[in-house]
Amino acid sequence: MVKQLKTIKADFPILDQKVNDEQLVYLDNAATTQKPKAVVEALDHYYYHDNANVHRGVHTLAERATEQFEAARQKVADFINAGDKKNILFTRGTTQSLNWIAASYGEATIHEGDEIVISYMEHHSNLVPWQQLALRKKAVLKYIGMNEDGTLDMADAKKQITDKTKIVSIAHVSNVLGVVNPIKQLASIAHQHGAIMVGDGAQSVPHMPIDVQDLDVDFYAFSGHKMLGPTGIGVLYGKTSLLEAMPPIEFGGEMIDFVDLYESSWKELPWKFEAGTPDISGAIGLGAAIDYLSEIGMDQIEKHEQDIVNYVLPKLLAIDDLEIYGPKDPSKHTGVIAFNLKGLHPHDLATALDMEGVAVRAGHHCAQPLMKYLNVPATARASFYFYNDSNDADRLVEAILAAKEFFKHGTV
Amino acid sequence: MALSKLDNLYRQVILDHSEHPHHHGHLSDATNDIELRNPTCGDVLQLQIQMDDDDRIKDIAFSGSGCTISQASASMMTDAVVGKKAQEADDMVEVFSELIVGDKSVDTDVLGDAAVLEGVKQFPARIKCAMLAWKALHKALAADDHVAQVASLHASDPKEDNVNDRD
Repeated sequence: MVKQLKTIKADFPILDQKVNDEQLVYLDNAATTQKPKAVVEALDHYYYHDNANVHRGVHTLAERATEQFEAARQKVADFINAGDKKNILFTRGTTQSLNWIAASYGEATIHEGDEIVISYMEHHSNLVPWQQLALRKKAVLKYIGMNEDGTLDMADAKKQITDKTKIVSIAHVSNVLGVVNPIKQLASIAHQHGAIMVGDGAQSVPHMPIDVQDLDVDFYAFSGHKMLGPTGIGVLYGKTSLLEAMPPIEFGGEMIDFVDLYESSWKELPWKFEAGTPDISGAIGLGAAIDYLSEIGMDQIEKHEQDIVNYVLPKLLAIDDLEIYGPKDPSKHTGVIAFNLKGLHPHDLATALDMEGVAVRAGHHCAQPLMKYLNVPATARASFYFYNDSNDADRLVEAILAAKEFFKHGTV
Repeated sequence: MALSKLDNLYRQVILDHSEHPHHHGHLSDATNDIELRNPTCGDVLQLQIQMDDDDRIKDIAFSGSGCTISQASASMMTDAVVGKKAQEADDMVEVFSELIVGDKSVDTDVLGDAAVLEGVKQFPARIKCAMLAWKALHKALAADDHVAQVASLHASDPKEDNVNDRD
């Protein structure tokens, strides 16, 4: 049964509060999302009833914990159509997932003169690991350019990706510009040149249906906390042949098959990568988040967020002196909207919005090269999720207008 | 009207300093030179000082980019410390720091206009903005002469641990 979007706010108790005497409007969902009762209750239930370490006990609680932990992995696999749960590795988050690819696959396959291709709009977590790998290996790091409207320049992508390219790694959805990049098409170009395709799904998996097999990505990374789950749990999807060939990054308990004094062998996938006690409650919480999202339906979520963008983007564009980054066409823009009020630093703007109860982010959004590319020191950013509605959008617009008025009179 | 609270932060004198900053620009014969970044928000501040033979701040200038609070704070800081001995200026950094993040009452007369930045206390996320120029001054005074350096504020200091910028 499809959950009604209008009753959804009641599932998120944190949203029902006043901040600076105003009803909270939470629009920092690209940073982290709020958690529904169902997720918090799943953590509660696990710790109150089933807590034990996984994969090693013979007692009943250990059995229950293991069963729930592995069930969560299956839920993740189904959610992104991974095919098999052995292709799902639990990590700490998108950052660790991407670092693992660079540290294991990258370390083993990149040699001097090889190329790694990313874009100017990458989050630092999909930039610095490749930059450092390139520096270690004397490889060449290349950037795909952008069109005027902030979309990826696919003509340039075809130029940058060559037969020397070994890895292409691109954000599926930008955390600043709100554009959706054509990952499937990029994967096809990468594969024609014998390169692998890595998708950074941190801003896509929470907001739209994802099918990693259809996208034909070789690796795909995302975080639990940006999709209603707890912080500290993330996912790395990888194709079987690549994961099997990759050496483990960390060694220790839980990942070994047999340990001798001078050599060891590893468990099979996915456990060979998961050394030490994993974030068991985090995985179970992520599983509960996926249940919740699936009950609503990712198609519904995507449509609802698009409706909000269709509603709010023209209103924002109509505000004099408000510069919007990324496409002006709402159909090309996700619920991540970065902006600046002319003559006012985004931190001053964000403080004013906070006084109106509207929570937005201000800063470089972990994308300093993109800020340089846009020639701005920082921006403000509102990011919507499915629990936001048109009323929240109105409150954002009103707060920006109020801030504009305040600073206009203050500075004259 | 929730924005009325902003009056505590954006006092007219702060807006004036931000709009028309004092000692803004570059020195041709600086003796101490520093670029301090606030990596969590992207603010960059270049501070140049010309010390005279008597260990006094003969001239001072700042440039870079930042919000109203960081620019106003830099302008007010330069007004307050020009002509002061290095040790006096460094003591003023302590006074300012105590004013913004401390719990002791301090005599703020020495700070001049900068004393009005006390309002920042009610906006914990903005303390770092107010502190940037003063931290830069402290580092510039501690630096060896003629050695330009680049540094970043880090969250290791609890006084600086008020801005969280991960996403």
